[in-house]
Amino acid sequence: MDMVLEILSWGLLFIGSGFLLIGGIGIVRLPDVFTRMHAGGMIDTLGAGAVLAGLMIQGGFSIVTVKLALIIAFIWFTGPTATHALARAALHGGVKPRLDQSPEGDEPSKT
Amino acid sequence: MMAAVALAVLVTMALAVFRSIKGPTVYDRILAVNAFGTLTVVLISVYGFLSERPEFLDLALVYTLINFIGTIAVSKYVEFSHMGRPSGGDELGDI
Repeated sequence: MDMVLEILSWGLLFIGSGFLLIGGIGIVRLPDVFTRMHAGGMIDTLGAGAVLAGLMIQGGFSIVTVKLALIIAFIWFTGPTATHALARAALHGGVKPRLDQSPEGDEPSKT
Repeated sequence: MMAAVALAVLVTMALAVFRSIKGPTVYDRILAVNAFGTLTVVLISVYGFLSERPEFLDLALVYTLINFIGTIAVSKYVEFSHMGRPSGGDELGDI
């Protein structure tokens, strides 16, 4: 049982670190503020969530677990809210999203 | 092993700092600072485990909330130039 928990914990820490690194590379390399927000949202939710969940298993069941669960809950509520507010501010401030077609038609990018 | 996680967090923080210095618009900078704050929370937690002092988690808890309030306040201030009522008659509404 300890072995399983250990493997699970290090797996979560590994996945979280990978997502943090991928999100950081995305923040540097993606072309547009909105696409960069996508990468930043990945850092907020999946990267930090997986790392903190791995720490939660690592610490055993105590007050530490509760504090880490609170931190995860706060990050998961506040991260998307902050990203949404930032996207609103950027749209309202006149930043045009980068589309793959010219925005002359009424529906520029259909998926 | 825990040091490797801390190293990954530090590398990501360096990338976020790079974007916040280079970023062409102010929104890029706000986004990078927000990500930096989240990474600071993760780094504080990991460092608490690394040095086996779990009291650091209280700091991380407070820092999460301060980071959120800061991001909301800065994006609202940049957008409307004041913190109060929304500007009237815009189709997007308030933040």
